[in-house]
Amino acid sequence: MSQLIELRAGRFTEAADRFPFVADDEAAPAGDIIVSLARYQAEGEALASDGRRVGVLVQSHEAVEDLAYDLPCIPVVALSFPKFRDGRAYSSARVLRERFGFTGEVRAVGDVLREQALPMVRCGFDAFAPADGSSAEAWAAVVGRYRHVYQRAADARRPAFEERAAGARVLATAEAGHGL
Amino acid sequence: MYQYDAIDKAFLDDRVSEFRTQVQRRLAGEMTEDQFKPLRLMNGLYLQLHAYMLRVAVPYGTLSSAKMRRLAHVARTYDKGYGHFTTRTNMQFHWIKLREAPDAIASLAEDGLHSMQTSGNCIRNTTADPRAGATAEEVDDPRVWAEAIRQWSTLHPEFTYLPRKFKIAITAAAKDRTAAKTHDIGLSLRRGRDGSLGFEVMVGGGLGRTPYIGQTIREHLPVGRLLSYLEAILRVYNRHGRRDNNNKARIKILVAQLGTEEFARQVEAEFALIDGSKVDLPDEELARIRGFFAPPAFATLPAVSKVFEEAKARDPALARFARQNTHAHKVRGYVIVDVSLKAPGETPGDISAEQMDVMADLADRYSFGEIRVTHEQNLVLPHVKLDDLPAVHAALAAVGLATPNINLISDIIACPGLDYCSLANARAIPIAQDIARKFADPDKAEQIGELKIKISGCINACGHHHVGHIGILGVDKKGEEFYQLTLGGSGAEDAEVGKILGPALPAGRVAEAVDQLVEVYLRERKDGERFLDTYRRAGLEPFKEAVYVAAY
Repeated sequence: MSQLIELRAGRFTEAADRFPFVADDEAAPAGDIIVSLARYQAEGEALASDGRRVGVLVQSHEAVEDLAYDLPCIPVVALSFPKFRDGRAYSSARVLRERFGFTGEVRAVGDVLREQALPMVRCGFDAFAPADGSSAEAWAAVVGRYRHVYQRAADARRPAFEERAAGARVLATAEAGHGL
Repeated sequence: MYQYDAIDKAFLDDRVSEFRTQVQRRLAGEMTEDQFKPLRLMNGLYLQLHAYMLRVAVPYGTLSSAKMRRLAHVARTYDKGYGHFTTRTNMQFHWIKLREAPDAIASLAEDGLHSMQTSGNCIRNTTADPRAGATAEEVDDPRVWAEAIRQWSTLHPEFTYLPRKFKIAITAAAKDRTAAKTHDIGLSLRRGRDGSLGFEVMVGGGLGRTPYIGQTIREHLPVGRLLSYLEAILRVYNRHGRRDNNNKARIKILVAQLGTEEFARQVEAEFALIDGSKVDLPDEELARIRGFFAPPAFATLPAVSKVFEEAKARDPALARFARQNTHAHKVRGYVIVDVSLKAPGETPGDISAEQMDVMADLADRYSFGEIRVTHEQNLVLPHVKLDDLPAVHAALAAVGLATPNINLISDIIACPGLDYCSLANARAIPIAQDIARKFADPDKAEQIGELKIKISGCINACGHHHVGHIGILGVDKKGEEFYQLTLGGSGAEDAEVGKILGPALPAGRVAEAVDQLVEVYLRERKDGERFLDTYRRAGLEPFKEAVYVAAY
């Protein structure tokens, strides 16, 4: 089984992949699987009724909106990076997390390199199939490089303008305290 | 002027240490050039013909004296003692060593300068009106919004791998000095009928091999919704822009293929789904930013300066400089001073470390420490007292920075061309120098008046040739440099793409052809017409005839 890096409760760990991808022309083995969007739309219910959990692989040109009604039943959405320069999956991940409130796993697959770890995490990815053999440790190091961010995204990080506002409030409270 | 706080500084420090690690891994052989290339490009480090080039961002073209001195220091320490201002209002150093690049970037960070997002398929540095805060023409200070965009776009996680690079411009004056309609997004601040501030949003402008003029998709976007509207545009582009062909990947192609109306509809649909309260800056942050752009402590002065009037009467050079290089300021007794980086015989946009230091000193003494960079590759001292103009002029003249040619025929935009750039087909700088020499007589240049010549060494159009009143494009014909002339382009509020004059000319014929075009203009022009106006009235024919009939 191939290795994954998982982000769970703020920690990066290496884990065995429990959701192997099954190509459209392959028979589905027993156990949990990931299939293409087309196959999911055609056979998803049948595959899931066999007692397995079925995740979906969405290519970068495909729309995650097509999964909107199925999302509560989907444990994993894998978003594909055919080349690391193809940044469409970042938008797809944010739409999944922020628009649809998807709480399952959002997995990055394809040309997934550690220098992309930070934008991936910020856009809501929480599982990574690195193409460069990166360790969980290396992944965590890249994600932790920046102490601040400037904008809100799908992660919980507080943007600079909120940090500043909070700092100003603390200051104002402290000054009010001195006045008493 | 915006001052970096502890958060902005920490961000740059983190960037520097990240890049240092990446360079160390490359130098240690832990990364191949292929793996390293996108990382160095994200830090503005290009590999060019002779050396690495480092492109430093000058956010919305605003420099403090301290930043200018820092650029001078980097030019001396890590380059050959000079730098080059580009049409993106950035500075390029052309002789950087990879080993020293992290130190150069660390040095820049000490004064809040950086090279992030000056390359790669991300949101680039925003262009703003170089006269912001100094001109009475503006309805608001565009720098406030440019700074909001700087923060929002910095390492935006969703928009770091766009189909192609992405450029935004903001103007708050009806007279456009940012070439807004040639940007991926052009923003024009206006007051609505009800007095509210809003942006006219134009998308899909761009030059390169398929030039387009930006099209309006929103007449009046409430200012407070700017960032969520930008996020909607960028998301539509990120998801639907072409990625199969680099030459068709800019947003202009998407807008052209969908049609402006359909593109606008998709943006509005996305905008309606975005929760603005999560994206737009809260009023307290906007107020904090606005505070940094409060007007400096202007003196109360008479409209006419006796000192200046007397000096001008004595010194025709000062009088000419005042005519060509100064502009009305919103405060009585002050002027906006343009400093030309187009001295005849020099490379357009180049500036030596010594000249940078002089600019910094002049800014401190006479312009509240402020300097601006224009997309026409010149500098601006935005707040100079008329009383001080003689002293400023003398100090500029002493270091070769008093060329009185703003907007005149020798105020040429030129890309670095084949002298530096690995993409170029032909040289641009020597052509600019030829033309400047031919029109070196300042009386003649003044008689010709406003004439914008723009030169690109290849179809990528970094020299904006499509929107030059006279555009010059270098092309390669069987290993020989030829130049194609276009007429009638404009990058301003009356933006238009120029029309091809005729067959390309050999290098030795270009300056002569420009002279022939100018002669037609001088013969045909009516009172008050610029070259562009005469062309628009008289059409291409008389110009074409002058250049080609005589030759064949």
